[in-house]
Amino acid sequence: MSVLYIVVPLALIIVAAAVGAFLWAAKRGQFDDTDTPADRILHDD
Amino acid sequence: MSFPDTSIAVTEPVGRVDTLCSHCGLVVPAGLVEDHTERQFCCSGCRAAFDILHAHGLDRFYDLPERRGEAVRSTHRGYEEFDHPTFRDLYVRPISGGLAEVELYLEGVHCASCVWLVERVPLIVEGVSRAELESKRSLARVTWNPATVPLSRVARALDSLGYPPHPFRGVERETMRRKEDRAMLARIGLAGAVAANVMLASFALYSGASGSLEPQYEKFFRWVALAVVTPSMLWPGRVFFAGAWSALRSRTLHMDVPIALGLAAGYVRGVINTVNDSGPVYFDGLAMLVFALLVGRYLQQRGQRAAADGAELLYSLTPSRARTIDANGDTRDIPSEAIVPGMILSVHPGETFPADGSIHRGESQLDLSLLTGESRPVSASVGVQVYAGTLNVSAPLEVRVDKAGETTRVAKILKQVEESAARRAPIVETANRLASWFVAVVLVLAAITFVVWHRIDPSQAVDNAIALLVVTCPCALALSTPLAVSMAIGGAAKAGIFIKGGDALERLAKPGQMFLDKTGTITEGRTAIVSWTGAEWVKPLVLALEQDSHHPIAAGFRASWPDTHAEAVTESNHVRGGGIVGLVAGRRVTIGSPRFVKTQIRPANSLSAFDVDPSLTPVLVAVDGELVAAAGLGDPIRPDAAAAVDALRSRGWTVNVLSGDVPSVALAAGRALGLPDDACVGGASPEDKLAVVEHAHQRLGASVPVVMVGDGINDAAAIAAASVGIGVHGGAEACLSTADIYLTTPGLTPLVRLVRGAERAMGIIKRNIAFSVVYNIIGAGLAMTGHLSPIVAALLMPASSLTVVIASWRGQAFRGASL
Repeated sequence: MSVLYIVVPLALIIVAAAVGAFLWAAKRGQFDDTDTPADRILHDD
Repeated sequence: MSFPDTSIAVTEPVGRVDTLCSHCGLVVPAGLVEDHTERQFCCSGCRAAFDILHAHGLDRFYDLPERRGEAVRSTHRGYEEFDHPTFRDLYVRPISGGLAEVELYLEGVHCASCVWLVERVPLIVEGVSRAELESKRSLARVTWNPATVPLSRVARALDSLGYPPHPFRGVERETMRRKEDRAMLARIGLAGAVAANVMLASFALYSGASGSLEPQYEKFFRWVALAVVTPSMLWPGRVFFAGAWSALRSRTLHMDVPIALGLAAGYVRGVINTVNDSGPVYFDGLAMLVFALLVGRYLQQRGQRAAADGAELLYSLTPSRARTIDANGDTRDIPSEAIVPGMILSVHPGETFPADGSIHRGESQLDLSLLTGESRPVSASVGVQVYAGTLNVSAPLEVRVDKAGETTRVAKILKQVEESAARRAPIVETANRLASWFVAVVLVLAAITFVVWHRIDPSQAVDNAIALLVVTCPCALALSTPLAVSMAIGGAAKAGIFIKGGDALERLAKPGQMFLDKTGTITEGRTAIVSWTGAEWVKPLVLALEQDSHHPIAAGFRASWPDTHAEAVTESNHVRGGGIVGLVAGRRVTIGSPRFVKTQIRPANSLSAFDVDPSLTPVLVAVDGELVAAAGLGDPIRPDAAAAVDALRSRGWTVNVLSGDVPSVALAAGRALGLPDDACVGGASPEDKLAVVEHAHQRLGASVPVVMVGDGINDAAAIAAASVGIGVHGGAEACLSTADIYLTTPGLTPLVRLVRGAERAMGIIKRNIAFSVVYNIIGAGLAMTGHLSPIVAALLMPASSLTVVIASWRGQAFRGASL
């Protein structure tokens, strides 16, 4: 059971990284327009 | 790259082979088909767009799966006003590297290929470094170097591709809103991650409640839960603390107060229990509460914004420039904001007046329907007053400006409208007062619980008070009611009904009185042939003479007979205020008003055989001096209007017609809908309409909804004063921006869907509130009598929230067939 002392903090670090990535994306405006990019990807030459 | 063969031919049922336009794919009119060439164009706009694309190696556009299917409509304007200093100050933002950025609203954006084309503008115009199109809102952000290329050239390029640009007039609000949205999203993201991960610790603690968890791990998980939940309290949860604080400072109570108190109490108690290493921690419940409440608020905000956006874009479409004539007779384009009284403006037919003034030179017909609701154009000559927002129909005019900007008649009506809108606030306050009663009761009960239990058993006093605060979360009010409303608003938006606020929905749930404007609401708002007495062979002759006329009646003929082939005209003569005389296929044809045609025919002809309904504009046709046909032109009633009015009346609504048009026309429209004559009012000015709506308010009292449905500036004040104002498809922007609701699909059927959806949505909300009341009474009872431990309260609270949230989510008020 003492493995919990390693695994739980590790899980929390991963969560923190994921939250950090989301915050970064939101601040950068990645979620401002959720419709046009879906069209744009079809067009890239 | 090979040249794609886009001018394919298709066979029509009649056996005729049509040539299709190489650019837009529409049928090329027979007269424009060229021999010996592979490329065919339906109009010069499409040809220009094709040439631009071809010259820049962008032929790949024609390989895209989703093609235009719409002819290029260019204005061929110079866009000089885009380079004017006033324009620059208002709309252009300088950015680093000597570049500048502007947001432009584009007309004509309708498919995925448009995104491709607009974003290739940097390849077409040198000096443009970036163009990005947000397709849903037709909003393009262009970054360019003002030193190498003027913005007017970029604008002309967009124009010739078929996307006439307009400055986007909401940039500041847009930037603020974007910032708000991003912050909100970030908060939800963090709250969601915390809510999900705090369960990790809580599940371990719940399973350990039976004693299977060793004490040192229990302690460990308590601290883990505390560490995880703390960021959620400090950052996303701050919204509620800030809301509660500002409510307390202004000595009012609202929903945020018990939420903040519950959060704070739960958190503090949880921290104390963690430090003391005994008792429950409430962290999972708290994290869920923060997350669920934030999501509810976000959804609600989104739904309301979708509606506001539409009005914003329409506002951007009003004329952004004007053409002035200086002392030397030279004309130049200036932005509307730069107009000052005394200027002479040139206004072409088909353009909207940018300011109030009087006609200085010229004679034309004006469409005043924006102000008066009158659908027939009126004649105007030198000295006649014209108003901003109305339309010059038939001939070029020069206008001397006497009022511009804020002081125009339209601007003043808009100001009145704002004042009417402000009068609405008391209703919103009533709702808030009710909510604050709930809050006050909960706070008093919590205090009583604490004091009473302090006497009975001090060790339970804090726990029981917290259990009460946590369990009596006003979920049905704070969370599920706005959610049910925004779900209904979202569902309605999908059906083409934009609802700006939940209060409007609530008021529509009970039947009341509905006033319908005539022009553009009950009718289609355009001139068309409603009655025709005469033989089929006359039609090609009539159409031949009406082909080149700019008169609205001519447009009515052309629109009503799209399939009739016009004969060749050898001579035609327009008689002002009378009609047209001409030679068609060797015969002398006269078309015009009865008064005029009577002078052109042999006296033996009787007019009585060609009588036209008095509510219509009569147009007589004579061939070689003999009267052969009569057309009645008018504004046709929408095909679904009668059925929709029946459906509304069967739901208990009283329906009235309230029109600015002449009384006889209003009566005729009412009869066509099956309404009694006394339910139809005609000849009403904007002020009259306002008075009628206000009178209905006083007569019926505050609890019965008075609904105004309209489409013009002339309805705007009445729309704002009504308990629910509804703007219809194709309406004036001022009316749409003041309406609580507007319909994006034509016809009156959406009104029926709206009323039915509002009834259903309120049903869902009432059910939720009933559930919440029962739950809260039972929960409060148990907590106060000490039968509810805080841990069970923390479990019950999210469970009850989820129940009402799911109920709101599943009960889609606007699902199902129309009518």
